Amino acid sequence: MVGIVIVSHSAKVAEGICDLARQMAKADQKILPAGGMADGSIGTDAFKVSEAIQAAWSDDGVLVLVDLGSALLSTDMAMEFLDEAIRERVRVADAPILEGAIGAVVEASVGSSLEQVLSTAEGAREMRKII
Amino acid sequence: MTLLNNPAIALIGAVADAIVQNKEFLTSLDAAIGDADHGINLSRGAEAVRAKAAASPNADIGALLKATGMTLISTVGGASGPLYGTAFLRAAAPAQGKTALDGETVKLMLAAAIQGIKDRGKATRGEKTMLDALEPAFEAFVQGLEAQKPLVECLEEATEAARQGVEFTKTIIATKGRASYLGERSKGHQDPGATSSTIMLAAITDFCRKAP
Repeated sequence: MVGIVIVSHSAKVAEGICDLARQMAKADQKILPAGGMADGSIGTDAFKVSEAIQAAWSDDGVLVLVDLGSALLSTDMAMEFLDEAIRERVRVADAPILEGAIGAVVEASVGSSLEQVLSTAEGAREMRKII
Repeated sequence: MTLLNNPAIALIGAVADAIVQNKEFLTSLDAAIGDADHGINLSRGAEAVRAKAAASPNADIGALLKATGMTLISTVGGASGPLYGTAFLRAAAPAQGKTALDGETVKLMLAAAIQGIKDRGKATRGEKTMLDALEPAFEAFVQGLEAQKPLVECLEEATEAARQGVEFTKTIIATKGRASYLGERSKGHQDPGATSSTIMLAAITDFCRKAP
Protein backbone atom coordinates (compact mmCIF):
# COMPACT_ATOMS: atom_id res chain seq x y z
CA MET A 1 0.00 0.00 0.00
CA VAL A 2 1.36 3.43 -0.98
CA GLY A 3 2.57 5.35 2.08
CA ILE A 4 1.57 8.98 2.63
CA VAL A 5 3.73 11.73 4.19
CA ILE A 6 2.34 15.15 5.16
CA VAL A 7 4.90 17.98 5.23
CA SER A 8 3.77 21.19 6.89
CA HIS A 9 5.46 24.14 8.57
CA SER A 10 3.32 23.37 11.59
CA ALA A 11 3.59 20.09 13.51
CA LYS A 12 -0.05 20.53 14.55
CA VAL A 13 -1.21 20.95 10.94
CA ALA A 14 0.74 17.87 9.80
CA GLU A 15 -0.56 15.76 12.68
CA GLY A 16 -4.09 17.09 12.30
CA ILE A 17 -4.21 16.24 8.61
CA CYS A 18 -2.88 12.75 9.37
CA ASP A 19 -5.56 12.30 12.07
CA LEU A 20 -8.26 13.34 9.64
CA ALA A 21 -6.91 11.21 6.79
CA ARG A 22 -6.56 8.13 9.01
CA GLN A 23 -10.32 8.11 9.49
CA MET A 24 -10.54 7.07 5.86
CA ALA A 25 -7.62 4.63 6.06
CA LYS A 26 -7.12 0.92 6.47
CA ALA A 27 -5.78 -0.04 9.91
CA ASP A 28 -2.31 -0.92 8.66
CA GLN A 29 -1.94 2.08 6.34
CA LYS A 30 1.14 4.25 6.80
CA ILE A 31 0.29 7.96 7.04
CA LEU A 32 3.06 9.99 8.64
CA PRO A 33 3.44 13.63 9.60
CA ALA A 34 6.64 15.62 9.08
CA GLY A 35 5.71 18.98 10.55
CA GLY A 36 7.65 21.79 12.20
CA MET A 37 11.21 21.86 13.43
CA ALA A 38 12.95 19.58 15.92
CA ASP A 39 12.61 22.27 18.63
CA GLY A 40 8.88 22.60 18.00
CA SER A 41 9.04 25.89 16.13
CA ILE A 42 7.34 26.65 12.81
CA GLY A 43 9.32 25.53 9.79
CA THR A 44 10.23 22.49 7.75
CA ASP A 45 13.20 20.19 8.32
CA ALA A 46 14.56 18.09 5.46
CA PHE A 47 15.89 15.46 7.87
CA LYS A 48 12.48 15.07 9.47
CA VAL A 49 10.94 14.67 6.01
CA SER A 50 13.45 12.03 4.93
CA GLU A 51 12.85 10.07 8.17
CA ALA A 52 9.08 10.16 7.59
CA ILE A 53 9.50 8.96 4.00
CA GLN A 54 11.62 6.04 5.19
CA ALA A 55 9.09 5.20 7.90
CA ALA A 56 6.24 5.28 5.37
CA TRP A 57 8.22 3.26 2.84
CA SER A 58 7.19 0.01 1.19
CA ASP A 59 7.88 -1.27 -2.31
CA ASP A 60 4.64 0.40 -3.41
CA GLY A 61 6.26 3.79 -2.84
CA VAL A 62 5.40 6.97 -0.97
CA LEU A 63 3.37 10.05 -1.88
CA VAL A 64 4.36 13.32 -0.19
CA LEU A 65 1.97 16.25 0.23
CA VAL A 66 3.40 19.67 1.12
CA ASP A 67 2.03 23.02 2.28
CA LEU A 68 3.83 26.28 1.46
CA GLY A 69 7.14 27.24 -0.19
CA SER A 70 9.94 25.76 1.85
CA ALA A 71 7.98 22.56 2.50
CA LEU A 72 8.70 21.70 -1.12
CA LEU A 73 12.34 22.82 -0.89
CA SER A 74 12.86 20.71 2.23
CA THR A 75 11.18 17.73 0.54
CA ASP A 76 13.44 18.11 -2.52
CA MET A 77 16.41 18.23 -0.15
CA ALA A 78 15.13 15.19 1.77
CA MET A 79 15.05 13.22 -1.50
CA GLU A 80 18.81 13.70 -1.79
CA PHE A 81 19.31 11.96 1.55
CA LEU A 82 17.41 8.85 0.40
CA ASP A 83 18.82 5.80 -1.34
CA GLU A 84 18.21 5.90 -5.06
CA ALA A 85 15.97 2.82 -4.92
CA ILE A 86 13.66 4.64 -2.49
CA ARG A 87 13.86 8.01 -4.22
CA GLU A 88 12.66 6.53 -7.50
CA ARG A 89 9.42 5.49 -5.85
CA VAL A 90 8.62 8.78 -4.09
CA ARG A 91 6.33 11.39 -5.67
CA VAL A 92 5.43 14.88 -4.50
CA ALA A 93 1.84 15.87 -5.21
CA ASP A 94 1.01 19.28 -6.68
CA ALA A 95 -2.19 19.33 -4.67
CA PRO A 96 -4.01 21.11 -1.83
CA ILE A 97 -2.53 19.47 1.23
CA LEU A 98 -5.70 18.50 3.13
CA GLU A 99 -8.05 17.58 0.29
CA GLY A 100 -5.18 15.93 -1.57
CA ALA A 101 -4.26 13.87 1.48
CA ILE A 102 -7.81 12.56 1.95
CA GLY A 103 -8.03 11.61 -1.73
CA ALA A 104 -4.61 9.98 -1.65
CA VAL A 105 -5.39 7.93 1.44
CA VAL A 106 -8.66 6.63 0.02
CA GLU A 107 -6.99 5.76 -3.29
CA ALA A 108 -4.04 4.08 -1.56
CA SER A 109 -6.32 2.13 0.78
CA VAL A 110 -7.73 0.13 -2.16
CA GLY A 111 -4.23 -0.87 -3.22
CA SER A 112 -3.83 1.50 -6.17
CA SER A 113 -0.47 2.22 -7.77
CA LEU A 114 1.72 5.18 -6.81
CA GLU A 115 0.90 6.98 -10.06
CA GLN A 116 -2.83 6.47 -9.48
CA VAL A 117 -2.58 7.76 -5.89
CA LEU A 118 -0.63 10.79 -7.17
CA SER A 119 -3.23 11.46 -9.84
CA THR A 120 -6.13 11.27 -7.37
CA ALA A 121 -4.34 13.62 -4.95
CA GLU A 122 -3.72 16.13 -7.73
CA GLY A 123 -7.34 15.76 -8.87
CA ALA A 124 -8.30 17.42 -5.57
CA ARG A 125 -7.24 20.69 -7.19
CA GLU A 126 -10.45 20.58 -9.22
CA MET A 127 -12.71 19.72 -6.29
CA ARG A 128 -15.57 22.22 -5.95
CA LYS A 129 -16.83 23.13 -2.49
CA ILE A 130 -19.73 25.31 -3.56
CA ILE A 131 -21.67 24.42 -6.64
CA MET B 1 45.29 34.64 1.74
CA THR B 2 45.78 31.76 4.12
CA LEU B 3 42.84 30.38 5.98
CA LEU B 4 44.07 27.77 8.40
CA ASN B 5 41.59 25.86 10.49
CA ASN B 6 41.22 28.37 13.26
CA PRO B 7 40.78 31.38 10.96
CA ALA B 8 38.13 29.46 9.01
CA ILE B 9 36.22 28.85 12.23
CA ALA B 10 36.69 32.51 13.19
CA LEU B 11 35.34 33.50 9.77
CA ILE B 12 32.25 31.36 10.30
CA GLY B 13 31.88 33.07 13.69
CA ALA B 14 32.13 36.50 12.07
CA VAL B 15 29.42 35.64 9.53
CA ALA B 16 27.23 34.26 12.34
CA ASP B 17 27.76 37.50 14.32
CA ALA B 18 26.69 39.58 11.32
CA ILE B 19 23.51 37.55 10.92
CA VAL B 20 22.65 37.72 14.61
CA GLN B 21 23.32 41.49 14.69
CA ASN B 22 20.93 41.93 11.77
CA LYS B 23 18.27 39.61 13.14
CA GLU B 24 15.68 42.34 13.79
CA PHE B 25 16.47 44.13 10.52
CA LEU B 26 16.07 40.99 8.40
CA THR B 27 12.89 40.04 10.21
CA SER B 28 11.45 43.52 9.67
CA LEU B 29 12.18 43.26 5.93
CA ASP B 30 10.46 39.88 5.88
CA ALA B 31 7.50 41.28 7.86
CA ALA B 32 6.84 43.66 4.95
CA ILE B 33 6.64 41.04 2.20
CA GLY B 34 6.91 37.61 3.80
CA ASP B 35 6.20 35.78 7.02
CA ALA B 36 8.43 37.82 9.33
CA ASP B 37 10.83 35.07 10.30
CA HIS B 38 13.91 35.43 8.08
CA GLY B 39 16.12 37.04 10.76
CA ILE B 40 14.85 34.74 13.50
CA ASN B 41 15.34 31.63 11.35
CA LEU B 42 18.78 32.57 10.10
CA SER B 43 19.98 33.60 13.56
CA ARG B 44 18.92 30.24 14.94
CA GLY B 45 20.85 28.57 12.12
CA ALA B 46 23.88 30.83 12.61
CA GLU B 47 24.12 30.02 16.32
CA ALA B 48 23.89 26.29 15.58
CA VAL B 49 26.56 26.60 12.87
CA ARG B 50 28.87 28.53 15.22
CA ALA B 51 28.61 25.77 17.84
CA LYS B 52 29.14 23.05 15.24
CA ALA B 53 32.24 24.77 13.80
CA ALA B 54 33.74 25.38 17.24
CA ALA B 55 33.37 21.67 17.98
CA SER B 56 35.37 20.72 14.85
CA PRO B 57 38.72 22.48 15.33
CA ASN B 58 40.59 20.15 12.98
CA ALA B 59 38.16 20.19 10.08
CA ASP B 60 39.36 21.46 6.69
CA ILE B 61 37.43 24.22 4.94
CA GLY B 62 35.42 21.79 2.82
CA ALA B 63 34.38 19.78 5.88
CA LEU B 64 33.44 22.97 7.76
CA LEU B 65 31.29 24.17 4.86
CA LYS B 66 29.61 20.79 4.61
CA ALA B 67 28.83 20.80 8.33
CA THR B 68 27.54 24.37 7.93
CA GLY B 69 25.19 23.34 5.11
CA MET B 70 23.83 20.31 6.97
CA THR B 71 23.30 22.36 10.13
CA LEU B 72 21.42 25.09 8.26
CA ILE B 73 19.15 22.50 6.64
CA SER B 74 18.12 21.10 10.01
CA THR B 75 17.87 24.32 12.03
CA VAL B 76 16.68 27.23 9.87
CA GLY B 77 13.16 26.07 9.04
CA GLY B 78 12.18 28.57 6.34
CA ALA B 79 13.02 28.41 2.65
CA SER B 80 16.43 29.88 3.43
CA GLY B 81 17.37 26.62 5.22
CA PRO B 82 17.38 24.35 2.17
CA LEU B 83 18.56 27.23 -0.06
CA TYR B 84 21.58 28.32 1.99
CA GLY B 85 22.09 24.70 3.07
CA THR B 86 22.41 23.63 -0.55
CA ALA B 87 24.66 26.63 -1.29
CA PHE B 88 27.13 25.71 1.47
CA LEU B 89 27.05 21.99 0.61
CA ARG B 90 27.86 22.79 -3.02
CA ALA B 91 30.57 25.31 -2.05
CA ALA B 92 32.15 22.61 0.10
CA ALA B 93 33.11 20.48 -2.92
CA PRO B 94 35.79 22.79 -4.43
CA ALA B 95 37.11 23.46 -0.88
CA GLN B 96 37.41 19.80 0.01
CA GLY B 97 40.66 19.02 1.83
CA LYS B 98 41.82 22.64 1.67
CA THR B 99 43.15 24.69 4.55
CA ALA B 100 43.76 27.81 2.48
CA LEU B 101 41.86 29.45 -0.36
CA ASP B 102 42.93 31.26 -3.50
CA GLY B 103 40.85 33.39 -5.85
CA GLU B 104 40.22 30.59 -8.35
CA THR B 105 38.90 28.29 -5.62
CA VAL B 106 36.67 31.02 -4.18
CA LYS B 107 35.32 31.60 -7.69
CA LEU B 108 34.47 27.90 -8.04
CA MET B 109 32.87 27.91 -4.58
CA LEU B 110 30.70 30.94 -5.38
CA ALA B 111 29.68 29.50 -8.74
CA ALA B 112 28.74 26.16 -7.15
CA ALA B 113 26.81 27.87 -4.33
CA ILE B 114 24.82 30.03 -6.75
CA GLN B 115 24.04 27.06 -9.00
CA GLY B 116 22.87 25.19 -5.89
CA ILE B 117 20.45 27.98 -5.00
CA LYS B 118 19.16 28.06 -8.58
CA ASP B 119 18.67 24.29 -8.65
CA ARG B 120 16.98 24.14 -5.26
CA GLY B 121 14.76 27.20 -5.68
CA LYS B 122 14.17 26.73 -9.43
CA ALA B 123 14.74 30.48 -9.56
CA THR B 124 16.49 32.86 -11.91
CA ARG B 125 17.72 36.41 -11.56
CA GLY B 126 15.04 39.10 -11.56
CA GLU B 127 12.52 37.27 -9.37
CA LYS B 128 13.37 39.24 -6.20
CA THR B 129 15.46 36.58 -4.47
CA MET B 130 18.97 36.14 -3.09
CA LEU B 131 20.11 35.54 -6.66
CA ASP B 132 19.60 39.23 -7.44
CA ALA B 133 22.44 39.98 -5.02
CA LEU B 134 24.59 36.89 -5.55
CA GLU B 135 24.79 36.79 -9.34
CA PRO B 136 25.97 40.42 -9.76
CA ALA B 137 28.37 39.78 -6.87
CA PHE B 138 29.80 36.76 -8.65
CA GLU B 139 30.21 38.69 -11.89
CA ALA B 140 32.03 41.52 -10.11
CA PHE B 141 34.24 38.99 -8.33
CA VAL B 142 35.20 37.30 -11.62
CA GLN B 143 35.91 40.68 -13.25
CA GLY B 144 38.21 41.55 -10.36
CA LEU B 145 39.99 38.21 -10.65
CA GLU B 146 40.45 38.64 -14.39
CA ALA B 147 41.92 42.09 -13.78
CA GLN B 148 44.31 40.32 -11.37
CA LYS B 149 43.21 42.37 -8.40
CA PRO B 150 43.96 41.11 -4.88
CA LEU B 151 41.34 38.75 -3.43
CA VAL B 152 40.18 41.26 -0.81
CA GLU B 153 39.56 43.84 -3.53
CA CYS B 154 37.62 41.29 -5.60
CA LEU B 155 35.48 40.57 -2.54
CA GLU B 156 34.92 44.28 -1.92
CA GLU B 157 33.71 44.77 -5.48
CA ALA B 158 31.50 41.70 -5.17
CA THR B 159 29.94 43.08 -1.98
CA GLU B 160 29.31 46.45 -3.63
CA ALA B 161 27.61 44.70 -6.58
CA ALA B 162 25.50 42.70 -4.12
CA ARG B 163 24.44 45.95 -2.40
CA GLN B 164 23.35 47.35 -5.74
CA GLY B 165 21.51 44.09 -6.37
CA VAL B 166 19.60 44.58 -3.11
CA GLU B 167 18.63 48.09 -4.27
CA PHE B 168 17.43 46.57 -7.55
CA THR B 169 15.12 44.18 -5.66
CA LYS B 170 13.18 47.24 -4.42
CA THR B 171 12.12 47.94 -8.00
CA ILE B 172 10.73 44.53 -8.96
CA ILE B 173 7.80 42.27 -8.14
CA ALA B 174 8.41 38.98 -6.34
CA THR B 175 7.51 35.90 -8.34
CA LYS B 176 9.11 33.32 -6.02
CA GLY B 177 8.47 32.49 -2.40
CA ARG B 178 5.94 33.79 0.10
CA ALA B 179 6.35 37.38 -1.20
CA SER B 180 4.88 36.29 -4.55
CA TYR B 181 1.46 36.05 -2.86
CA LEU B 182 1.63 39.85 -2.55
CA GLY B 183 2.15 40.50 -6.28
CA GLU B 184 2.39 44.26 -6.97
CA ARG B 185 2.46 45.00 -3.24
CA SER B 186 5.93 43.43 -3.02
CA LYS B 187 7.31 46.37 -5.04
CA GLY B 188 9.17 49.05 -3.10
CA HIS B 189 10.52 46.57 -0.56
CA GLN B 190 14.01 45.12 -0.61
CA ASP B 191 14.24 41.35 -0.64
CA PRO B 192 15.20 39.80 2.72
CA GLY B 193 17.12 36.92 1.07
CA ALA B 194 19.15 39.24 -1.16
CA THR B 195 19.84 41.30 1.95
CA SER B 196 20.99 38.38 4.10
CA SER B 197 23.24 37.17 1.25
CA THR B 198 24.82 40.62 1.09
CA ILE B 199 25.27 40.76 4.86
CA MET B 200 27.14 37.43 4.73
CA LEU B 201 29.29 38.53 1.82
CA ALA B 202 30.09 41.82 3.56
CA ALA B 203 31.06 39.95 6.75
CA ILE B 204 33.39 37.65 4.78
CA THR B 205 34.94 40.65 3.02
CA ASP B 206 35.38 42.56 6.26
CA PHE B 207 36.99 39.53 7.92
CA CYS B 208 39.43 39.05 5.03
CA ARG B 209 40.28 42.76 4.95
CA LYS B 210 41.27 42.66 8.61
CA ALA B 211 43.02 39.26 8.40
CA PRO B 212 46.79 39.42 8.81
